[in-house]
Amino acid sequence: MDQANSLPDKKMVASRIEDLPIRVVSPKVGVFARIQNIWTFRELLVSMVRKELRIKYKNSVLGFLWSLLNPALYLVIYYIVFQKILKNNMPLFAIFLLCGLLVWNFFSNALSSATTTIINNAGIVKKVAFPREILALASVGAALIFFLLQACVLVLALAIFQVIPAFGYLWLVPFALLALVLFASSLAIALSAINVYLRDTQHLMELVLLAWFWATPIVYPFQELGVRLAQKGLLFLYFFNPVTVIVLTFQRALYAKLSYLNNGKAIPLLPGYSPGWFALQLLIVVLVSAVLFIGALMLFSRLEGNFAEEL
Amino acid sequence: MPAAIEIDDISKHFRLYHEKYTSLKERVIHLNKLPYDEFWALKNVSFDVNWGETVGLVGHNGSGKSTLLKCIAAILKPTSGEIRVRGRVAAMLELGAGFHPELSGRENIYLNAALLGVSKKDVDLRFDDIVDFSELGPFIDNQVRYYSSGMYTRLGFAVAVNVDPDILLVDEVLAVGDENFQRKCFDKVEEFQEEGRTIVFVSHSPDIVRRVCDRAYVLDHGKIVGEGTAPEAISILREFQARGSGLASMIASISEDPASHLAPVAAQEEISLPNDRVMVGQISVAFPATAGAGHLTPGDPLAVKVSYSATRPISGVLVGIQLFDQKGDLVFGTDSDLLGLEPLDVDSEGELEFSFPSVAVSDGLFSVAVGFTSAIDQRIYDWQNQELAFKVISNGKSSGYLKLEPRLILNGEAVPFKS
Repeated sequence: MDQANSLPDKKMVASRIEDLPIRVVSPKVGVFARIQNIWTFRELLVSMVRKELRIKYKNSVLGFLWSLLNPALYLVIYYIVFQKILKNNMPLFAIFLLCGLLVWNFFSNALSSATTTIINNAGIVKKVAFPREILALASVGAALIFFLLQACVLVLALAIFQVIPAFGYLWLVPFALLALVLFASSLAIALSAINVYLRDTQHLMELVLLAWFWATPIVYPFQELGVRLAQKGLLFLYFFNPVTVIVLTFQRALYAKLSYLNNGKAIPLLPGYSPGWFALQLLIVVLVSAVLFIGALMLFSRLEGNFAEEL
Repeated sequence: MPAAIEIDDISKHFRLYHEKYTSLKERVIHLNKLPYDEFWALKNVSFDVNWGETVGLVGHNGSGKSTLLKCIAAILKPTSGEIRVRGRVAAMLELGAGFHPELSGRENIYLNAALLGVSKKDVDLRFDDIVDFSELGPFIDNQVRYYSSGMYTRLGFAVAVNVDPDILLVDEVLAVGDENFQRKCFDKVEEFQEEGRTIVFVSHSPDIVRRVCDRAYVLDHGKIVGEGTAPEAISILREFQARGSGLASMIASISEDPASHLAPVAAQEEISLPNDRVMVGQISVAFPATAGAGHLTPGDPLAVKVSYSATRPISGVLVGIQLFDQKGDLVFGTDSDLLGLEPLDVDSEGELEFSFPSVAVSDGLFSVAVGFTSAIDQRIYDWQNQELAFKVISNGKSSGYLKLEPRLILNGEAVPFKS
């Protein structure tokens, strides 16, 4: 021991002690501390997202091209089925569909992979200490990267079909994306924790996502249902679904057609709200998502304590 | 100077499920029945670990020592209480936990380091050290799934020790790997000790605890039941095993004490009462050949005398002996059953002697441990240590550890001794 005392290293360590960060392990971790913790481990988040992407297309020749082929194929199939076979007169239906579908793909990919992420990563959850929310957030992050890749297909399609976006609404798109990421993240964190205790969640989510998909105006235009709901004074029900307003923003800004003429009759597609209305709606979604996010962290904090035994 | 780790009244509550219901249907069906027992894996544990100290946590299986380590590592959260840990912690609960088989060794180093909270920049600086230590060299860009288990373990250890931790938490991992790797691990642990880093060490093996730890805590049923230097803690542990009955402590004692390797139940008609005990009294050594010298020369006879007392005249007793070197490594161990001897019938008091006709070591300082176990129900009655019991001083004929007597034969003819 005496010998060790005389080593310079030991003194060096001793002088640093006061400056060292203190980690407190206690039953309750506050939400602020959790967020701070996630920030400290932001590099891990990046690494985890990169890992997800690498693994998905490891050993495949086309790699990332696969994720581009998916929306491209949708574009072609919907064009043939709806426009050529079913003679749907809606102009550029495939582009309309793609606007909503990209948003939905992100949302459903993020949630379904986040739901099982803690179980799938049981090995590290049981053996390594790190903020476990990172796993759920990495699912969202990976889905976001795929979304951005697929958005390239959409941009390309817009250029090919010479669709002119609504420039007055374009600035809302990143805002809508932010709202979407925040909303998806809070659900992802909550679902990832719940599924550890209740494995039914992952199967339930498949059904919920299917119903949710059709409750959102992706395949059919908003006004199809909106007009009828408005007549009964139930339009607000439509907006209980935060994804509706996000999808609507994408469609309004990029597809940008409010109605079209069919045999001399005007068929409404999208509502004629002003950019300000959209901004307000999105702001509400962001605020609600922020509250949900804090709630999800609190739930996660409660459930996390026994992850290691439950897995 | 503040402590490195302050453990403040930690309790951890577990639910022990008889059957685990994780689906909704099962939960609804079994809504009113509680399919679990409640138990406390840790109960009101408090202690501090000082800077530069190596502290062992010992106890039988299920004593809570691994749970405690996981709480310190922040993998489990305690039910109540608080742990304050200063500085960067590297927990080695499983080497290579978090490695992804599809990724290359290089990618896994970065991922694993990120899991331990180390930035990419820091890993860049240490990357070569990590690869050197892992001895993977050209294989570092291969996918980890093609690695052998040895390569996997080496890489895991290399990352964990090269992230510059202030505190290292080790759970039994040093017990894996080949001998060469184990030596490397122990060297690294010693290096850490010299650099004044703090280590918390969980082990089943008294040998390793004795060798590595400055201090140790003994846990039993989630409580701290003893504390002391490594040898002290080990004898407290043995005492607890002797007192405690039940399967868990028995299994642990079998795996921990090679000398108390126990025979199948010998004689069913003999009875063993729960209060029966055979206690080790005085352990003394005698040197029949060199009575005055106070030490042995290689090959001398040795006698180990043990006085004992029993609660009543008991039959079916086994006696075991172990010799340890100065580092705490077991050099010899056996018991009367392994030697093929009949179980002993002991009176309430008496003396035993192990007589060694020749001690075939060349040099060193040795300690002796003696214990009694029951041949009937495998219980350990008592186990005691005698530190630094005897010394062997080389006679100059050889160096090293063992006393061997080689003969030299030149072209089929024995080389004669000097006249």
